[in-house]
Amino acid sequence: MTLRILEPGPLSLIQDLGRFGYQNIGVSPGGPMDEHAFSWANRLLDNPLNDPQIEINLGSFHCEFQLPTTIAITGANMSAELNGVAIQPWQSYSIQTGDQLSFKGARSGVRAYLAVRGGLDIPEILGSCATVVRDQLGGLHRDGKQLCAGDCLHYPVSKPVLTKQVPDEFIPEYCQDITLEVIPGYQYEWFGRQERQRFFNSVYCVTPQIDRMGYRLSGEAIQCQRQNLVSEGIAPGAIQIPADGQPIILMRDRQTMGGYPKIGCVTAGSLNKLAQCQPGGTIRFVKKDLYKAEAGYRVEKQFFCGISHSA
Amino acid sequence: MKLHGLCQLFKQEMGGCIIDVVPSYRSILVSFDLMTIGHQSFVQKLQHVLDHCRGSLAEEAEPSLIELPVYYGPEVSLDAKVITDHTGLSFEEVINIHASTLYRVYAIGFAPGFAYLGNTDQRIAVPRKKTPRLKVPACSVALAERQTAIYPRESPGGWQIIGRSPVNPIDYQRKNLSLFEVGAKVKFIPISKTAFLDMGGVLSQEEHSLEDQRFQEGV
Repeated sequence: MTLRILEPGPLSLIQDLGRFGYQNIGVSPGGPMDEHAFSWANRLLDNPLNDPQIEINLGSFHCEFQLPTTIAITGANMSAELNGVAIQPWQSYSIQTGDQLSFKGARSGVRAYLAVRGGLDIPEILGSCATVVRDQLGGLHRDGKQLCAGDCLHYPVSKPVLTKQVPDEFIPEYCQDITLEVIPGYQYEWFGRQERQRFFNSVYCVTPQIDRMGYRLSGEAIQCQRQNLVSEGIAPGAIQIPADGQPIILMRDRQTMGGYPKIGCVTAGSLNKLAQCQPGGTIRFVKKDLYKAEAGYRVEKQFFCGISHSA
Repeated sequence: MKLHGLCQLFKQEMGGCIIDVVPSYRSILVSFDLMTIGHQSFVQKLQHVLDHCRGSLAEEAEPSLIELPVYYGPEVSLDAKVITDHTGLSFEEVINIHASTLYRVYAIGFAPGFAYLGNTDQRIAVPRKKTPRLKVPACSVALAERQTAIYPRESPGGWQIIGRSPVNPIDYQRKNLSLFEVGAKVKFIPISKTAFLDMGGVLSQEEHSLEDQRFQEGV
């Protein structure tokens, strides 16, 4: 009845799409760092889009299945093996009782997703099981703890289904040199023309200071004409420019308020891309039209949830 | 405070497409579901709600008053010396000033349930620590510049600690998750150590022994 964790790796977390409706009291939304890979894993199994999965950060994960099911793995390539035989990500696989799945270190990308048909059976807190360690919320015991060796995750019995794979053209290549699309924000004009040019013409480097809360970049410093703002709510993907001029991009576990000026916001797609980038990777920024970004987001979302839109 | 009323109004009028509403000092961040409504239509609707609310917000009910017990004893007022040195006041005077002011919840953020309360009296304004403390005990009451706050969890923090409350401002098991909401009024009520412990206040082992030691030294 269970998936037993034998080796959790440095940071394996239960995630669903996130915890919404509580940012007004300071609760971070959390959710998968790479929502694209997460969504594909559920789609490969015909699961509802929000079904809980395991997000494996950096690799070194090993587990055993105690009941037949079908699983899907997506995201970073961590040299996965099923019972010691190499398997490819972006596919689903039939699982028999006693099968063992293991991941080595991440070869390209940072985060892999493991979904089980019917979804992992995880209790919710505040409407979600997304793990936010800092807020002590979510996960197997609702207390924000990461997965540990010996943890047993239940999943429903399901009939065998045909295994599927993601068509090649939809499998992203996780490069270390990426271009992120930026929607200029309402504080964009607070940055002088030269500063904006510098931002879009420079190459930034991903520093080792990256986590689920934010990614710190280093490169040409950008100055904002205004400093000492009062704190205000911040969106995912917001690019904060603190006084030292080095951009910080806010990720899924971001704090709910921040006080640094923001030059703009990276698109949802770019945020997923960044989540797979390692320290030392290089970043370029390119301006993106808000309406085009919106259309792109909607096309992807519709593909995954199949909702028709009229507005 | 109009922000709180405005947030309620947004949720009421546009609840179906709103995901999160985050009020702060002088802004509101509204997140909405792009699969329910397009960005342009959303902005139009928002504008419509704003245009039609001006009169109604003025009649908003008086915000709630939250009375928060605080123990200002020596075991828990970790930065009493920094504060008295900086302000030139006795610690009793600091407590009197802190507990006689009526505060407003300006924003909630940094951590779940962490409320920014202002404004403190100018006389007890103290700068943040240059190097934040690695572990501020949960429920610590703190000062920084013209603000005061209570740390809901043990966490790193740079504010100067003056006391501790037996009441946690956030409890995920409680129906009313967060004690505070933006716009509420807050007053601190000084309590004795006995009351603090009776109300469920927590002292660490070291804090207990610190007190014994001071007692022996006659402090």
